[in-house]
Amino acid sequence: MSNNNPKMVPVPSHSIIPERDVDKTPVLEAQHLGIDFGGLTAVDDFNMVIGRTEIAGLIGPNGAGKTTVFNLLTKVYQPTRGAILLEGKETTGMTTAQVNAAGIARTFQNIRLFNNLTVEENVKVGLHNQNKYSTFSGILRLPSFWREERKSHERALELLSIFDMEDLANHKAGSLPYGAQRRLEIVRALATNPCLLLLDEPAAGMNPSETAELMDNIRKIRDTFNIAIMLIEHDMNLVMGICEGIAVLNYGRIIAKGTPAEIQANPQVIEAYLGKKKEG
Amino acid sequence: MKKLSKSTRSNFITYGIVVAAFIVMQILSSGGKLSSSLSGQLIPICVYISLAISLNLTVGILGELSLGHAGFMSVGAFTGVVVSMSLQSSIASDPIRLLLAMIVGAVIAAIAGIIVGVPVLRLRGDYLAIVTLAFGEIIKNILNNLYVGVDGSGLHFSVTDTAALGMDGGMVLINGPMGASGVNKIATFTAGFILILVTLFVVLNLINSRTGRAIMAIRDNRIAAESVGLNITKYKLLAFVISAALAGAAGALYATNYSTIMPKKFDFNTSILILVFVVLGGMGNIRGGMIAAAILTVLPEVLRAMNDYRMLIYAIVLILVMLFTNNEKAVQIRKNITGKIVGVFRKKQPEGGAEE
Repeated sequence: MSNNNPKMVPVPSHSIIPERDVDKTPVLEAQHLGIDFGGLTAVDDFNMVIGRTEIAGLIGPNGAGKTTVFNLLTKVYQPTRGAILLEGKETTGMTTAQVNAAGIARTFQNIRLFNNLTVEENVKVGLHNQNKYSTFSGILRLPSFWREERKSHERALELLSIFDMEDLANHKAGSLPYGAQRRLEIVRALATNPCLLLLDEPAAGMNPSETAELMDNIRKIRDTFNIAIMLIEHDMNLVMGICEGIAVLNYGRIIAKGTPAEIQANPQVIEAYLGKKKEG
Repeated sequence: MKKLSKSTRSNFITYGIVVAAFIVMQILSSGGKLSSSLSGQLIPICVYISLAISLNLTVGILGELSLGHAGFMSVGAFTGVVVSMSLQSSIASDPIRLLLAMIVGAVIAAIAGIIVGVPVLRLRGDYLAIVTLAFGEIIKNILNNLYVGVDGSGLHFSVTDTAALGMDGGMVLINGPMGASGVNKIATFTAGFILILVTLFVVLNLINSRTGRAIMAIRDNRIAAESVGLNITKYKLLAFVISAALAGAAGALYATNYSTIMPKKFDFNTSILILVFVVLGGMGNIRGGMIAAAILTVLPEVLRAMNDYRMLIYAIVLILVMLFTNNEKAVQIRKNITGKIVGVFRKKQPEGGAEE
């Protein structure tokens, strides 16, 4: 944990980002983000800044609105209020697919793979938009088809090697064990070449040794791809171990923001969330 | 690369079966071994196989239920008839006229596919089935009221009657509910064979490309497909339109095989028949759909001798095929049997061979 304790510095909008990212445009800036479902305000006044290479955490009790925040960022839901700046550019009016092209990739809390496709094909679907050949040349098998297919085959295996999954390339994604499915989702998200990776409970259902391995891998991904990662997680060892900045959500509002140490010491957080954890 | 060769091998087997079946049929028919009823069925079989492949693209690969495939077929059929008959005097060569009829039929059917698909493919679930069902009926009723004629000054259209065409001599091509009559039978078995190959080529190559992966990804998980940047509507429409165009080409071949072709031939029952081929062969299983189409087209003809029990046997065969393709125990038995046969051929490796 000691090597993972960067100096966090404040930025104008009451947030903190790692000192190394201060000179660069933040990868994500959410301003007063909110959404109402009918009369219910699910998320309100959500402000967050994520540095270019930060690993950020979003925690909170069940039903606090964490996944809703992810759905807002990826435009699965259109926000009722507020703005999202991705690398300084507004994403208002974009569709989920366009937001992905602009640089946000995500995984899902309940795994969503293309179960009837192979592992390699799942990754290739992620590579889809970098794979430049037309439907026409695909049907007629023109040279561009073979060239691009070979490139995406190599790239897919390269990406799978992050998690040592090359051997599984020809297996059906639906037949993989649970942990491998979670890892494949991350690989597929990475294949879309994002600048911000959203992980929704990546360690859910994993045992402690798998979680430890996952932590190493998340750091490795950040370092090799030089991207920002934001994760939702209930496993406090993972969150406190790898996140640099943490936001705590309760009833749709941020109740605390800070470094792992600050969050652990925050009485409000302890009351809302971590207090229960300590007793257990 | 291993994966690629595996799917390529499976595709070659499919092509191989088609070519082998064509050669066998050619030998049989040149030797006069085919009954007249069966040789009359050769072109319809080709048409239905091709329709089963193209509908599989919508139902099996894209995962949307379409109940209007006969509608696209009829668009192609009547377009094909108009093209082939109006060009009769200017183009003497039958194969070229047939080719033109199929191409124009495919294009017009594709346009119909776009018109239906653009508003409907934005919907989810059963709505596409409902609208395509309605589309099939609407097309049938439009064709029932459509009069087309050709004379020296070109094509004439009317929705009232033949007199309203205002023609100077010439000939009536489509006569409302009477359909088109006096069509030149320019369809050939070879053309049907080529149609199947082209349809297979388009569909199989599409599936094993970037576009096909996107289509199947949308089928498997729409939300995840969106999250990796796929334009859902675009790829749904693409699959749907290609499927419609291929059905149009098949329809043109079908129509030019008969001297009279009526709109009521392309009704709901025909759409369901094609869907039965696809479901029976296994959704997404191209080869299975083709085999089902061939068997179910031949079967009623073969059973004609026992006229009273024909539909009964047809139904029993349907049930048996369903059991054998979908029932777990039956599939196990089938695998054991094929495994044993393979084992015998592999110089008696009873256990290892049977596992495959």
